[in-house]
Amino acid sequence: MIRLEKRPQPSRAWSLATPLMAVLATMLMGGLLFAALGKPPVEAIRTIFWEPLFGEFAFYYRPQLLVKGAPLVLIAIGLSLGFRAGIWNIGAEGQYIIGALTGAGVGLAFYPMESWIIFPLMILAGAFGGWAWAMIPAVLKTRFGTNEILVSLMLVYVAEQFLASMSLGLMKNPEGFGFPGSRNLQQYDSAHNAELIAGTGMHWGVVAALIAVIFSYVLLNRHMLGYHIRLTGEAPRAARFAGVKPARLVLFCLGASGALAGLAGMFEVSGPSGQVSIDFNVGYGFTAIIVAFLGRLHPVGILLAGGLMALTYIGGDIAQGNLGLPSAAIQVFQGMLLFFLLALDMLTNFRISIGKPEVV
Amino acid sequence: MKLTKLLTGAAVALGLAAGGALAQDKTKVGFVYVGPVGDGGWTYEHDQARKAVVEEFGDKVETVYVENVAEGPDAERVITQMALQGADLIFTTSFGYMDPTINVAKKFPDVKFEHATGYKRAENVSTYSARFYEGRAVQGTIAGHMTESNIVGYIGSYPIPEVIRGINSAYIHAKKVNPDVEFKIVWAFTWFDPAKEADAAKVLIEQGADVILQHTDSTAPQAAAQAAGNVVTFGQASDMAEYAPFPRVSSIIDDWAPYYIARTKAVMDGTWSSVDTWDGIGPGMVGIGEISDAVPAEVKAEALALKDAMASGEYHPFTGPLKKQDGSDFLAEGETADDGTLAGMNFYVEGIEGSIPE
Repeated sequence: MIRLEKRPQPSRAWSLATPLMAVLATMLMGGLLFAALGKPPVEAIRTIFWEPLFGEFAFYYRPQLLVKGAPLVLIAIGLSLGFRAGIWNIGAEGQYIIGALTGAGVGLAFYPMESWIIFPLMILAGAFGGWAWAMIPAVLKTRFGTNEILVSLMLVYVAEQFLASMSLGLMKNPEGFGFPGSRNLQQYDSAHNAELIAGTGMHWGVVAALIAVIFSYVLLNRHMLGYHIRLTGEAPRAARFAGVKPARLVLFCLGASGALAGLAGMFEVSGPSGQVSIDFNVGYGFTAIIVAFLGRLHPVGILLAGGLMALTYIGGDIAQGNLGLPSAAIQVFQGMLLFFLLALDMLTNFRISIGKPEVV
Repeated sequence: MKLTKLLTGAAVALGLAAGGALAQDKTKVGFVYVGPVGDGGWTYEHDQARKAVVEEFGDKVETVYVENVAEGPDAERVITQMALQGADLIFTTSFGYMDPTINVAKKFPDVKFEHATGYKRAENVSTYSARFYEGRAVQGTIAGHMTESNIVGYIGSYPIPEVIRGINSAYIHAKKVNPDVEFKIVWAFTWFDPAKEADAAKVLIEQGADVILQHTDSTAPQAAAQAAGNVVTFGQASDMAEYAPFPRVSSIIDDWAPYYIARTKAVMDGTWSSVDTWDGIGPGMVGIGEISDAVPAEVKAEALALKDAMASGEYHPFTGPLKKQDGSDFLAEGETADDGTLAGMNFYVEGIEGSIPE
């Protein structure tokens, strides 16, 4: 007889092994899926995972991994703080949009003046925008006990309306022949988040993501606040006895994740994307939730998970072009990754035992 | 020694690459799609045209496509990917691909690019679009005759010139045949979202609309109209013939095939040059789907006569006298709108109620 037995302590070994197993299971099942679609499975998996890193055109794709991964990591790091404490910010997509709008707004307001001060101001504005947007669910939760999951999620749709309004109205490019979308910040030196070294993909957003990883690691392992965050998540009652103020923690966690999401939006709009447009947001805020969990809410794990997600996106597009895989199959493939991770996660907390239950 | 070896290796590799390129005399054509090929609308029609290119040239051509590509950095990466992998000609089929296309084109001067619906061109970047507003004129004529409640519903996608032009053209021609007609416009802020489109259609039907025009790609409004029973619709981007003869009484069909074939041929012959194409019913880029028997014969005849007049160039849908919504003059008697005005159209004509969202 096969039974599940709860482990007295979550297994550390399994918690490290399950993400790897999830990736392997995804490769296996994904291979079967591709084979069922009549595509060569090994070739498809190789294209997704190998081609961007070591293929013929890796010199172009490797920098793109940074561009695609940086916003994911930056947002996921912020989310992981709250998630650890049981504070669920699902609305990072909205904070990302608002950060992009405030950041780009400051840049566009200065156009066409050139000055070194503009870009730092945009960074501040971006972080502030995301922070302020996240403060809405935070204050509503601490004041009125509303559910932050619902409020933060709903605010994503409000932010999308703002984005559409800005693209069509206030921020519309006056030289754009009536088409929606702002001026392209890539063509405005003072506001352009350019590559720090040409051809490397390394822009300020990537730097910010790396700094966020380090800060988050130090915070969680060396700082009282980080200890409180972990304690609240693991033993809420004990945390209260230890003098943790839940309201302050909610404000901090939502505020920090909002500010980081806002920064991600600001770096994206001033760099790789270049302009405020109706379809500016492509779901980084939601994908970052997957990245946070795939990375086990651990800063280093998130860094790796962000890279992996970026890899499946870029590799997926290559597989579409080279092998004619439909994009829906790639999305199923990415979905499998989260599915297997959550399913295998059970092994961290439970052990499979074969045989008769022991007599207690 | 080591360095020379390395250089020789590189030279050999280069030689091989060049040899490979010569051996392969197929013309490689890439397509970047904003939606899924199965959307039954915009992207579907672009993919039909891609298939027409394959059919036309057979072994001499190889096509690749990537669907569901988000506008922005993802598009730039996918376009670059196609250029790197040896595409000779790349069609980027959404307005939001404009700046990415221009950026990539700068890096690959030998590759030809074709951007749909944009306004930025370069030495190796052409733009192309279709005069869908000609099709809207035909729709407006039929809609004006068919409505009994005198309320025509319109599902707008985004308030951009392309869509506003369509609303104006449909309104002008509906008004011409039915002076009491009134337009109700709902903005869905999407090109393709069956749920939102169905909601928009239901709202319009509740408000009394018995004809619905749509600038979104799904068949959801058709289904909503069918459920309501007495509401007329038109196919958008593709024929949507599965809803004929009623509620779908006609359609506007995007037909990119002749253009794609001609441009691919131009690359093969080495005659490709950067152009700005804006074709309508005449050259066949805009097709009018079969007008069904649900439309009275005399209305059908009138609609077809209008279509022929536009095809021959003898009639322009924007012909004065016309005023703007605010009452100011737009076109004097007999004057026709120039392409620049049409391309950037951001106002309603007189008689349309409501304002364009900002």
